[in-house]
Amino acid sequence: MIEVSEIYKYYNEDPAVRGISFSITENGVYGFLGPNGAGKSTTMNIITGCLAASSGSVKIDGHDIFEEPEKAKAGIGYLPEQPPLYMDMTPYEYLKFVAEARGVKKAELKDKISYAMDVTGITPIKDRLIKNLSKGYKQRVGIAQTMLGNPGIIILDEPTVGLDPKQITEIRELVRNLGKNHIVLFSSHILSEVQTISDHIIIIARGQLIADSRVHDLDSILKKEPVIKLRLKGEGKLCMEMLSAAADSENIRIISEEDGISNIEISTETPEKTAEQLFFACADKRIPIIEMTAVKPTLEEAFLELTERRDTYTDDSSAQENAIKLAATNGGEAG
Amino acid sequence: MIQILKKELSFYFKGMFGWFFGAVLLAFAGVYTVILNCSMGYANYEYTVNNMSFMFLIIIPILTMRSVSEERKQRTDQLLYSLPVSMWDVVIGKYLAMLITLLVPTLIMCIYPLFLMKYGTVSYTTALYNIAAFYMLGAALIAAGLFISTLTENQAIAAGGSFALFLVTYFGKNLTDHIPGTAAASLAALIAAAVVIAAVLFIFTKNIYAAGIFICVCVCVLELLYRHSKKLFEGLFASIIGNISVFERFYVFARGVFDFKSIVYFLSVIIFFLYLSLQSLEKRRWS
Repeated sequence: MIEVSEIYKYYNEDPAVRGISFSITENGVYGFLGPNGAGKSTTMNIITGCLAASSGSVKIDGHDIFEEPEKAKAGIGYLPEQPPLYMDMTPYEYLKFVAEARGVKKAELKDKISYAMDVTGITPIKDRLIKNLSKGYKQRVGIAQTMLGNPGIIILDEPTVGLDPKQITEIRELVRNLGKNHIVLFSSHILSEVQTISDHIIIIARGQLIADSRVHDLDSILKKEPVIKLRLKGEGKLCMEMLSAAADSENIRIISEEDGISNIEISTETPEKTAEQLFFACADKRIPIIEMTAVKPTLEEAFLELTERRDTYTDDSSAQENAIKLAATNGGEAG
Repeated sequence: MIQILKKELSFYFKGMFGWFFGAVLLAFAGVYTVILNCSMGYANYEYTVNNMSFMFLIIIPILTMRSVSEERKQRTDQLLYSLPVSMWDVVIGKYLAMLITLLVPTLIMCIYPLFLMKYGTVSYTTALYNIAAFYMLGAALIAAGLFISTLTENQAIAAGGSFALFLVTYFGKNLTDHIPGTAAASLAALIAAAVVIAAVLFIFTKNIYAAGIFICVCVCVLELLYRHSKKLFEGLFASIIGNISVFERFYVFARGVFDFKSIVYFLSVIIFFLYLSLQSLEKRRWS
């Protein structure tokens, strides 16, 4: 069980993580999604005890990672973004070192290592030097080490980065299988990857929690109104006045204005009805419509919009409140 | 700790490094023995050991340079931070592995005086405790080298830093002989030393206030003491350098004296640098 509460991390004066809280209680695959620089790796490093938080607490199976680090760490297997491998060792020697450090009993050592190697498919290369292995195999060795000592929680930081498509598919399958017997928290900045593998999703941006929900509820979290894109021949201010009278002014924004042509976007839940209203409003005012298109944003666009929208937040409490609202709306806390 | 020790020993002795290190040390021990004892006819093996201490300036930085800096460079330190082992286990495991790497050739060196005893009168007891002191000197320098290795991920910088520190310690006493023994010269040298320590403090902590306060306090205390008793400062800097130099402590043994105080001093230096190494590793978790 992972309980993260109100963790903050500052690098000098810059906040990297701002009041992130979530808890995970059940086995499964949990996607930790966010754009690059969102604070995913920092948060994972804090959860695994590699990095100390400026404030807040992390509990692993009830043990505080800062106060009882050895007990807490015994429950976690961690693969950082760059696999921490000793290049002059063979996979077997490396796994033996990790297993012993994790307190695996001597009698069980061989069986546990063999099991980890079988699950990750590295048995055929167990006696080759790690430095001679492909990136995919190195990643597998890194994942195999997380399984030793039978930790309840496996944390993988961007495990598919830099792999070829075949290796990506294999690692995703491996992560999915691990999720049957462990809590697997894996980070990614690719929405489709998280959707494919995860049972649950935690989204962060700019160090803040944006959403915490089941993957099935992702559509409703990322739900975004269709947009009508208008190109009108007329001065922007004039167009805005006319459109505001015809539709809700809060949803109207001027994108650009050039050579007497105004590009305008209007968000609406009823695009066909709004389009009709706009058409007649323009006709009344004799403002020529150069172009009018209704667009439904893709999930990726909605995700980008959601994460970028939070960039404007300066008040931590408001962002946290918003995230909690989203979590409550979409199935409550993880697990 | 045992796992870290085993891993480190595996690196030193499964590869060439440990054997090469031992071979170099023994080769020089052989050369010095032939020159001093066989050719020049000295019956004191302690002279040989005494001269060999110079070798530590080169071989100890080579031994210690990769211990932590390589882990940082390869990012394997993240594995150590995430394993259920304490940072003390890591520091002690790495330190013991290097001690064992030094112990192997040192034990073989104990055979050399036995050969000499066949051809002349050599005090084996004196030779043995000189070799023991030689090992303790090496142990103190390894602790210092380990600490410097925790400060950088560049092995060359770690080796260069250790070499510079050892060089200053080795020649410190000779250098201070060239500083006038007057109270004013000692005061100036002590203030210069305080500035260097403050600069090091700033480099490690990036805290300009801590370094500033340190230098201000040092200058004020030194100035007050100087005004109170100038006599106290006469030859003080040379005396301090002579007392803190591990090499000067080691030379006491070459005079045929078993100096228990020096053994305690070596142990203090070891504990001091191991503690600093631990703090340096822990600091990375907070940075």
